[in-house]
Amino acid sequence: MLDIRQARLTLGGRDLWSGLDLAVAPGEFVAVLGANGSGQTSLLRAILGQLPLDSGEILLGGRPVRHGDREIGYIPQQRILPAGTALRGRDLVALGLDGHRWGIPWPSRAARDRVDEIIESIGATSYADLPIGVLSGGEQQRLRVGQALASNPSLLLCDEPLSSLDLQHQRGVAELIDTRLHDSGTAVVFVTHDINPVLDMVDTVLYLAGGRFTAGPPEEVLRTEVLSELYGTPVDVIHSGDRVFVAGVPEFSHHEGDAA
Amino acid sequence: MSPDFWGSIFDFSDYGQLLGLVRNSIIAGAVLGIVGGLVGVFVMQRDMAFAVHGISELSFAGAAAALLFGANVVAGSLVGSLLAATIIGVLGSRARDRNSIIGVLMPFGLGLGILFLALYPGRSGNRFGLLTGQILSVDVPQLGTLIGICLVVLVVLLVIWRPLVFDSIDPDVAIARGVPTRTLSIVFMIVLGLMVAVSVQIIGALLVLALLVTPAAAALRVSSSPVVVPLLAMLFGFVSAVGGILLAIGGSLPISPYVTTISFLIYLGCRIAGRIRGRTLRRRVVPAGVAA
Repeated sequence: MLDIRQARLTLGGRDLWSGLDLAVAPGEFVAVLGANGSGQTSLLRAILGQLPLDSGEILLGGRPVRHGDREIGYIPQQRILPAGTALRGRDLVALGLDGHRWGIPWPSRAARDRVDEIIESIGATSYADLPIGVLSGGEQQRLRVGQALASNPSLLLCDEPLSSLDLQHQRGVAELIDTRLHDSGTAVVFVTHDINPVLDMVDTVLYLAGGRFTAGPPEEVLRTEVLSELYGTPVDVIHSGDRVFVAGVPEFSHHEGDAA
Repeated sequence: MSPDFWGSIFDFSDYGQLLGLVRNSIIAGAVLGIVGGLVGVFVMQRDMAFAVHGISELSFAGAAAALLFGANVVAGSLVGSLLAATIIGVLGSRARDRNSIIGVLMPFGLGLGILFLALYPGRSGNRFGLLTGQILSVDVPQLGTLIGICLVVLVVLLVIWRPLVFDSIDPDVAIARGVPTRTLSIVFMIVLGLMVAVSVQIIGALLVLALLVTPAAAALRVSSSPVVVPLLAMLFGFVSAVGGILLAIGGSLPISPYVTTISFLIYLGCRIAGRIRGRTLRRRVVPAGVAA
C-alpha cells in the first residue's frame, strides 16, 4: 500500500538516508526508530509530500504521494493547547473532518453524528464538550488521534505521539491506534524514541542511523549485532522482561529539526 | 470636582440634535466594533497582539505622511499598514522572528509619523487625532470607505474561517491536511492590516488594541465555544465602540477614553466571570485524568 523505493534524502549535503526501500501492507504497524537527527521526521514529511526526495519515489496506493492527501492521517508530537483556546474537544476532532474546507462550519446533523461516533470510539465522550485548554495532555492526544482518524485514512503517520504522556496514557493512546489498525486495516508508520509502549503491536521496525537503515521484525532488528553493525560502533541491546533498551548509541551532530 | 470637569466628560444637552450629526460616525463605529471583535478572535488565537500594535504605528506614519503631503489620509494609513502587515507576514512566520521584526518596525514607524506631524503646518487637532482618535472629524465619503473596508474584511474572514482556525490551532496538522497555511497567514496579515488602518482613523493608532484585542480577550475568558466566542467578541466590540461614541458626543473630549474604558470594564467583568467558570470546569475535569 505504501511503497518507498530507493528513496534518498539529503540535508545540508549529508545523506539523511539513501537507498531506502520499505513496503507497508494494509494493517501493518511500522515503528521508525533511530537517534536524533537520523531523519525520522523528515521521512514522515516526505511521505506527506512536503519534502521532495533527492531520488527514488514514494507511492501510496500505486500513486506518488502528494501534499494534503486525505488518505493520510497525521498525529504530531504532543503540543499542549493552552487554556485560552477557543475550542472544545469535539471541535478539535471536527477539524479533522472538514477543517480544510473554506467557509464557516455550518452545523449539520451528519457531521455531528460522525464526530460523536469518533469521540465514542476514542473513549472521549465524558470530556468532549469541555474547553480543550483544561484537558490533560493525554486527553488532548486522544482527541488528536480522533482528529487524524476522522477522514478514514488508509495510512496513519505518527510523530512521537506518546512523548510527554504518562505511562497510563501512553498505553491508552497506543491501544487506540492499534485497535484502528485491526478494525479498519489502516497501516501505521510510527516514529518513536521509545519502542516499549508499542513493542507488542509492532510488525516491522525501520531503524535509521547515520545515513543507513535496517528494517525487519523487531526480534531481528533489535539485536546487539544488528545495531552495532548499523551504527558502525558497538551498541548494546538489552532485553529486560518484555522491555528492550538500546544503550551506547552515538550522538549525531545534526538535528533535523533545525532544517525541517 | 468642579461641575466643569464633569461637564467636559458628560454633557447630554442638545443630545438629540448632536445624535443626528454623528449618525454616520455611529454606523462606522458599530461596523468597526463588530468586525474588529471578530478579527480579534484570530489575533488572540494566533498570538498577534504585538503585531497589531506594530502595524498601527506604521499605519500612523502613513496617515501622517498623507496629511503632510495633502493626500488622502485613509489611503496613507492603508499604505502604511499594508506595508507593515506584509513585511511582518513574510519575514515573521515564526513567533520569535516576528516579535523582533515588530520591535524594530514599531519605533521606526512612530518616529516617522512624529516627523511628518512636526512638519505639518495645519491645525494641531488633526495631528493628535491620528494617535488618539478622530472619528467625529472624519467626513462622510471617508466613513463610507472605512465601512466598505470593514465589509471586505468580514467577507474574506468568513471565507477563510475554517482553515484559518485549523492553522491557528495546529499548523503542523493543517499543513499535512493540505491547508495552504502560508497563503492563509499572508491573507490574514493583509486583513489585519486593513482592519488596523480603519481603527487608526476611528480610535487612534495608540489605542487600536482596545478594539482589536480587548473584546476577544474578554470573550475568551468566559467561553471556549468556537461559536460563542466570536459572537461575544463582536458584541463587546460593538458595545465599546458605539457606547464610547454615544457618551463622547456631548462632551468636548475625544471618543477614545470612553471606548477604551468601556472595553476595559467589559474585560474586567469577564475576568471575574471567568474565574467562577474556571472553578466549575476544574471540578468537572479532576476525575477524568492526570495532566501529563
